[in-house]
Amino acid sequence: MRSLLKVEGLRKSFGGVHALKNGQFDLAPGSVHALCGGNGAGKSTFLSILMGIHRRDGGKIWRNGELVEFSGPAEALASGIAIIEQELSPIPFMTVAENIYLGREPLKRFGGIDFRAMNAAAQKLLDDLEFDIRADQPMATLSVAKMQLVEIAKALSHDAEVIFMDEPTSAIGEREAQHLFAAIETLKAQGRGIVYVSHRLSEIFQIADAYTVFRDGAYVSSGNLADVDRPALISMIVGRDLGEEYIKTNEPTAEVGLEVQQLQSPAKIEDISFQVHKGEIFGIYGLMGSGRTEIFDSLFGLDPDATGRILLDGKAVEIDQPSDAMQQGIAFVTEDRKKTGLNLTDSVRGNISLASLPEMSPTYVMRGREEAAAAKSMIERFHIKAARDTMAVSGLSGGNQQKVVLGKWFLRNPRVLLLDEPTRGVDVGAKREIYRIICDYAAAGGTVVMISSEIDEVLGMSDRIMVMRGGRSAGILDRTEANAQSLVHLST
Amino acid sequence: MSDTNANSSGGWLGSDRRRLLIQEYGIFIAFVILVVVLSFSNPYFLTAGNISNVLLQTSINGVLAIGMTFVILTRGIDLSVGSVVALAGIVSASFATTSASAAVAGAPYPVFVPIAVGLAVGVACGGVVGAIVSRFAVPAFVATLGMLSAARGLTLIYGNGRPVPALVPEFRWIGTSSILGIPLPVIILAVVFAVSWWVLTQTRFGRYIYAVGGNPHAAKTSGINVTRIRFLVYVISGGLAGLAGMLLAARTGSALPQAGIAYELDAIAAVVIGGTSLAGGVGRVTGTLIGALIIGVMNNGLDLMGIQSYYQQILKGALIVGAVMLDQKRNQNA
Repeated sequence: MRSLLKVEGLRKSFGGVHALKNGQFDLAPGSVHALCGGNGAGKSTFLSILMGIHRRDGGKIWRNGELVEFSGPAEALASGIAIIEQELSPIPFMTVAENIYLGREPLKRFGGIDFRAMNAAAQKLLDDLEFDIRADQPMATLSVAKMQLVEIAKALSHDAEVIFMDEPTSAIGEREAQHLFAAIETLKAQGRGIVYVSHRLSEIFQIADAYTVFRDGAYVSSGNLADVDRPALISMIVGRDLGEEYIKTNEPTAEVGLEVQQLQSPAKIEDISFQVHKGEIFGIYGLMGSGRTEIFDSLFGLDPDATGRILLDGKAVEIDQPSDAMQQGIAFVTEDRKKTGLNLTDSVRGNISLASLPEMSPTYVMRGREEAAAAKSMIERFHIKAARDTMAVSGLSGGNQQKVVLGKWFLRNPRVLLLDEPTRGVDVGAKREIYRIICDYAAAGGTVVMISSEIDEVLGMSDRIMVMRGGRSAGILDRTEANAQSLVHLST
Repeated sequence: MSDTNANSSGGWLGSDRRRLLIQEYGIFIAFVILVVVLSFSNPYFLTAGNISNVLLQTSINGVLAIGMTFVILTRGIDLSVGSVVALAGIVSASFATTSASAAVAGAPYPVFVPIAVGLAVGVACGGVVGAIVSRFAVPAFVATLGMLSAARGLTLIYGNGRPVPALVPEFRWIGTSSILGIPLPVIILAVVFAVSWWVLTQTRFGRYIYAVGGNPHAAKTSGINVTRIRFLVYVISGGLAGLAGMLLAARTGSALPQAGIAYELDAIAAVVIGGTSLAGGVGRVTGTLIGALIIGVMNNGLDLMGIQSYYQQILKGALIVGAVMLDQKRNQNA
């Protein structure tokens, strides 16, 4: 059978460390091929070599049966390979159309840009994908989810035969994801090949035809998705059998830990009320922009316009800034660990103590020994894999970085834990550990509120689920009555 | 791209350590090499008199650069320090002069009065800049550029564009006296350095500064009052600029309205040579001190070799850019 892209024995090391030892891959036309693996498996290195961003140390790449070597992204693009990257790179003060056609703008006779043709072409592209975005809108006015959609449209506009998608749904909502999947079906029908990278296994099972698994920089196995089930794929990815994905050990008690009454913030959220019991994991599900994160911002004193009553253990509390919330025993694991969770220039130890500095310096002078002990205890408790606690946190994998953020907050012994997408961009193995940490905390009587846009996760972890739609609560479902259909139905 | 560095094994660790060592001592090694080279090329260089002279000449830039380090660590910049040097110098001098035309009523006051006034002027300038930067989210470059111009204007208005001469001996003592053979300005620099090092490495406030510079959003969600920290670093920088202004006036015996022009650039140069990142969150006050010493030693050494000061400026420029180039290369290799 013809192969759009074939790779054998791809090798690459950085500073003496193998990021990729044996990359092997075969993409058939008209198929979606899932590239699976944990953080550190070598997927990103693999993609960046194929895109000509990094040079390979060894191995062969065939494009349509011909040996190729790309020295830059432009050459890869010219041979019909496009990529939708995980990290966005928009130019904020240009319009959507200008971003899509950057560097290849349609020209008029005297060399001026033909804005009308460009806008029309971009609009058609967006409409065909059923993305609700205007081509002449400035990029800066879009939400992150919509920027991601523009990035998708841009990659598709290249008319490439091979399209890499690196975690394309990590920042978009369920509905947009379904539009993307529809678009992928269309591309597939046109005979193109899609390489799909995602930590979300349910997506892979929904859209992919074939899979290839990498682990520790090397090819592990490949085959048709129809021939494997989820547990089998997971054990290939992590290299061992993990057993049940969601193991709930917590049991909600009768005592209310957190009560929120009529939480409100102009143009963001309206009339949000709920109770969370001690020992309960309360899930919040909703699409991008449905007001999920805004609830946490209001509870944590990050939204100056927010109003409403917050009761902890039955007592009303006043929260105007994050330090007030922290004083009351609330911890907030934010959505984007790189943007709001970690100080990437600091060490693992420094990040773990970041939210407890006053407690560690009663006389304003830092108590170094206390700090080191705190870091040590969190590293042991959460099995954070770091060579030393003084190494830069930027050198850790995504899962370990997330555990550092958890450690930072658990150090404060919180009464209430607010988790915003606690496992985003984290591999399957680390996900399990994070689930275990959350469950253990709730089982010990902690109160947990967890936002997640991953349906499996929110269904698997939560005792009750509030569904958000357009800044309002669309209903609170019990664990027994919630399922994927009811969540999607309520949220759209 | 996080995949590439996730698997940390032994080899990577080794290079990490080496990198840390270079980062820690690289600038110090460069300084030692410079001193060795200069001491071989000129026998006078390593005499007590010349060393004392170099330190004295470095003291004012050193004080300014240390203040600048606080600001740059929070992702800021303070372009106003040169003008604040002049303003604080001339205002404090007007309390310490015997010249009837330039003095305020009742001058000369006891020496602690002009000193307090000079510090207060510096702190006030820093406070205004700090409030503008932290409360109104004006970029530090713009806010301090405004203060650079405004403080110079205030200096000219205050002194009618004329110097304040004839400072009383007690005030001049700050800049001219020595204790155990060490010039007082050098001792002041040492104290400022020691306190700053302690604040930045040992206290909660220091940790807040690094956190705000490293990631202001993460600092905020960790309960740190980012606005207050941003305000305070400009107050520190302003206060130290006030101190530097008095040192300069005391050393020369009169306060000049055109004093301190372009001093901010030497201060920034010392910080940058010392390895502090303009992107914030990374840097050490020890590096800044050595950076200031490198500039001082280089100027002195080239003077001794009889090289024209015009060439010295070119060399200083190359040094600044070269230091950052090396830094960037190191970060890329990491």
